[in-house]
Amino acid sequence: MSKMAGADGDDSLYPIAVLIDELRNEDVQLRLNSIKKLSTIALALGVERTRTELLPFLTDTIYDEDEVLLALAEQLGSFTVLVGGPEYVHCLLPPLESLATVEETVVRDKAVESLRKISHEHSPEDLEAHFEPLVKRLASGDWFTSRTSACGLFSVCYPRVSKSTKSEIRQHFRTLCSDDTPMVRRAAASKLGEFAKVLELEYVKSDLIPLFAALASDEQDSVRLLAVEACVSIAQLLPQEDLEKLVMPTLRQATEDKSWRVRYMVADKFSELQKAVGPEITENDLVPSFQNLLKDCEAEVRAAAANKVKEFCENLPADSRETIIMNSILPCVKELVSDTNQHVKSALASVIMGLSTILGKDNTIEHLLPLFLAQLKDECPEVRLNIISNLDCVNEVIGIRQLSQSLLPAIVELAEDAKWRVRLAIIEYMPLLAGQLGMEFFDEKLNSLCMAWLVDHVYAIREAATCNLMKLVERFGASWAQSTIVPKVLGMASDPNYLHRMTTLFCISALSEACGQEITTKQMLPIVLKMSEDQVANVRFNVAKSLQKIGPVLENSALQAEVRPVLEKLATDQDMDVKYFAQEAMTVLSLA
Amino acid sequence: MSELSTSDIISTVEFNHTGELLATGDKGGRVVIFQREQESKNQPHRRGEYNVYSTFQSHEPEFDYLKSLEIEEKINKIRWLPQQNAAYFLLSTNDKTVKLWKVSERGRRPEGYNLKDDDGRIRDPSTITMLRVPVLQPMDLMVEATPRRVFSNAHTYHINSISVNSDYETYMSADDLRINLWNLEITNRSFNIVDIKPANMEELTEVITAAEFHPNQCNTFVYSSSKGTIRLCDMRAAALCDKHSKFFEEPEDPSNRSFFSEIISSISDVKFSHSGRYMMTRDYLTVKVWDLNMESRPLETYQVHDYLRSKLCSLYENDCIFDKFECVWNGSDSVIMTGSYNNFFRMFDRNTKRDVTLEASRENSKPRAILKPRKVCVGGKRRKDEISVDSLDFSKKILHSAWHPSENIIAVAATNNLYIFQDKVN
Repeated sequence: MSKMAGADGDDSLYPIAVLIDELRNEDVQLRLNSIKKLSTIALALGVERTRTELLPFLTDTIYDEDEVLLALAEQLGSFTVLVGGPEYVHCLLPPLESLATVEETVVRDKAVESLRKISHEHSPEDLEAHFEPLVKRLASGDWFTSRTSACGLFSVCYPRVSKSTKSEIRQHFRTLCSDDTPMVRRAAASKLGEFAKVLELEYVKSDLIPLFAALASDEQDSVRLLAVEACVSIAQLLPQEDLEKLVMPTLRQATEDKSWRVRYMVADKFSELQKAVGPEITENDLVPSFQNLLKDCEAEVRAAAANKVKEFCENLPADSRETIIMNSILPCVKELVSDTNQHVKSALASVIMGLSTILGKDNTIEHLLPLFLAQLKDECPEVRLNIISNLDCVNEVIGIRQLSQSLLPAIVELAEDAKWRVRLAIIEYMPLLAGQLGMEFFDEKLNSLCMAWLVDHVYAIREAATCNLMKLVERFGASWAQSTIVPKVLGMASDPNYLHRMTTLFCISALSEACGQEITTKQMLPIVLKMSEDQVANVRFNVAKSLQKIGPVLENSALQAEVRPVLEKLATDQDMDVKYFAQEAMTVLSLA
Repeated sequence: MSELSTSDIISTVEFNHTGELLATGDKGGRVVIFQREQESKNQPHRRGEYNVYSTFQSHEPEFDYLKSLEIEEKINKIRWLPQQNAAYFLLSTNDKTVKLWKVSERGRRPEGYNLKDDDGRIRDPSTITMLRVPVLQPMDLMVEATPRRVFSNAHTYHINSISVNSDYETYMSADDLRINLWNLEITNRSFNIVDIKPANMEELTEVITAAEFHPNQCNTFVYSSSKGTIRLCDMRAAALCDKHSKFFEEPEDPSNRSFFSEIISSISDVKFSHSGRYMMTRDYLTVKVWDLNMESRPLETYQVHDYLRSKLCSLYENDCIFDKFECVWNGSDSVIMTGSYNNFFRMFDRNTKRDVTLEASRENSKPRAILKPRKVCVGGKRRKDEISVDSLDFSKKILHSAWHPSENIIAVAATNNLYIFQDKVN
């Protein structure tokens, strides 16, 4: 029994007194603050008063705001020590039980999480005496919020209770799986997998499989689609010989469900399903199912399946992999390339290149290359972008030259697309492409594009283009920069359009570090300094900003001799902003 | 006698799933909830009256700056959510925004401060020698309404319907051209499931007038149109439900054709029966009951006020022809009810084929008196209690009403007054 802090009163108790009073302050931020410091209050009160006074108060004040309740639910999960250790941990159950019936899902979920956490600190006797009765109360509660929460607690108390209690728990779960309300059935379906993991195998087969089958045929779509997730967990637990009888019928039913949302879930979980059922069932059942999903009448389903093509193929058994892909999967993939829906094509484009590593050089050239080229010319920009972003897989297998003929027109078209976001996306791939295509190819074909972007109408493009140049210089090196980029960038400094002149300054700021001291001092600095006399104030204050940025790259002598006088002059400029930035630059560079 | 304030005009009436609560929304954006008294053994003849339980301002008037348009705060529809814990939840919507409200009771408050005396005086910090944890004490029952979710920015046109799905997870909102599907937990995203906007707006001929989810099939919903058609859609078939599964339309009676035919065929309300087997539609002059399995014509047609057929021209001139009447089923789907003019409302018994016209007005009925059936005289000699068509007051229209889910209690909104009628206890 710990002594209460500060028995002589005043200072040490005062802050705690404030915290306690603020637990019910009008201002929600103050209440939230107090709740977050609940452990401080509990420490000051001592374990007994925490148990007998604080917890009852917290149990009944559940009308508060979500944020406060969420914080409370979280705090209570770590309160075991503060109530006196594991022998008293069950005192935390009443407030958490209250929180588990709140309508706000995030609060309920956090309460359940905390309950799960403290369940491990209950002794088996306490589990029987306190925890399981709580679960029972929640499971038979009037409100479906409490029944939903109960679903999340079965798996943590089951392992350590007596046989008869286990039987009760199984019974409760059964009841909740056929609850009147869809919310509860959904909660049960989503916890089916984790409950199955703690059940003895005989009960998985006798109890859980029928429940699983029932949920998978529920009249509510939202329940059936959760059963698909449970399918994966259950399949992982059962021995191979039982899968065909106990799981496959339900899975087959799901792949042919009338509701596209259920079929979508199957497509989405396909790789997990594949791993769970093993190679034989995959060959016999999943391959035809996958074909059907790729040909589904609903585009969303086709797109979900298309996303899984690479993963599915990768995980096929090594001996039959090539045959299956060539005979069963590839024909469907070919159809998808000309799908009417752009999301489907786009999903396919993001994974199709990965097939080349699986199929090898010859098959790639004969069968896959035409598909890549077709998608490279697709009318939807996203499709083309997805192909371009995955070139490295193909590069490994057949080298980029095969594609480069078609690649270039595709890149150019994207680079000049009317929508600026499309142009932005291709710029972002430029450093990657440059790396894959090599310096020579880049210089020949892509250099002019990169320069054209610097003078795009849209600022976001000019900015991205500048950043792009920096990355290219990092990749190809300073001497490459000097021969190919720097002259063109510096040439823009005399462009009649002030925006372009400013772009020169932005580029210089971005490139100076990568280019190094010599290039910066000998080539870039003179241009910057000259622009300090520009007519347009915007250019002038950007000169100050650029000098601030490139200053650290320069030698001190250059700083003092050349930069300082210019900044001093700018600091007396007519324009307010020019003065401001000049002074700032001088401060930062210690020239003031 | 106070002036009629337009903001008090009731614009929607809805019982909750048990009938314990009755919500009304008005033109001023307010929601008033009535609660049925618990029946007491002492006064058995005083069967549960409805008293005000909570009043709150649901929507405020807004201004759309982009289009320079005012957004009215009038509540178009209220729909209750099934009860999930001790609090009550409802969705209320105006033309553009749907809100989820929580109505809950608080009967206790914390007592006992550390820094203040029990009489409220601030204590000297040095006198605090012990910490006090507050204790909850009973207080007068307080009912609070708090907005829990706001679903906005999803509708270009005016929202006419909201409907909660039987999965208790999603609901739909319908405007003139589009229907969106929402998850009750997610406010920043909604899925469009029906879009009838033509590529060229000049080709627009038809708008959506009402929409509802099937009471127990989570994948089925219907929407009605201004051309008198109803489409039933299956959300399982496709993500975008532009193609209907069933199309309900009654072939036009050529003898009744007139300049106003299309206008009066516009369906103002559609409601599924509780059983889910039938649906009911209301157009200007009739109420029709349809069997969901038969698309070619309705099962039953009831004339609400056919005497207006010869008056359509003047009703067009005073805009009454565009009034949108609602219709309701009773709990067992055996009787249907809808409103008319002169504060009249009509009930049709589907089994006995009998119908009755009643009036909701203070002048003509005293509390707890039995309502007398009314009759409209359509020419010829007018009997004593009858009223002639030309004397009907077209400004007194009953557009909104509701029927208790299991008992014979009805709530009828007559402009700014709410009437609650009960079956006589024998």
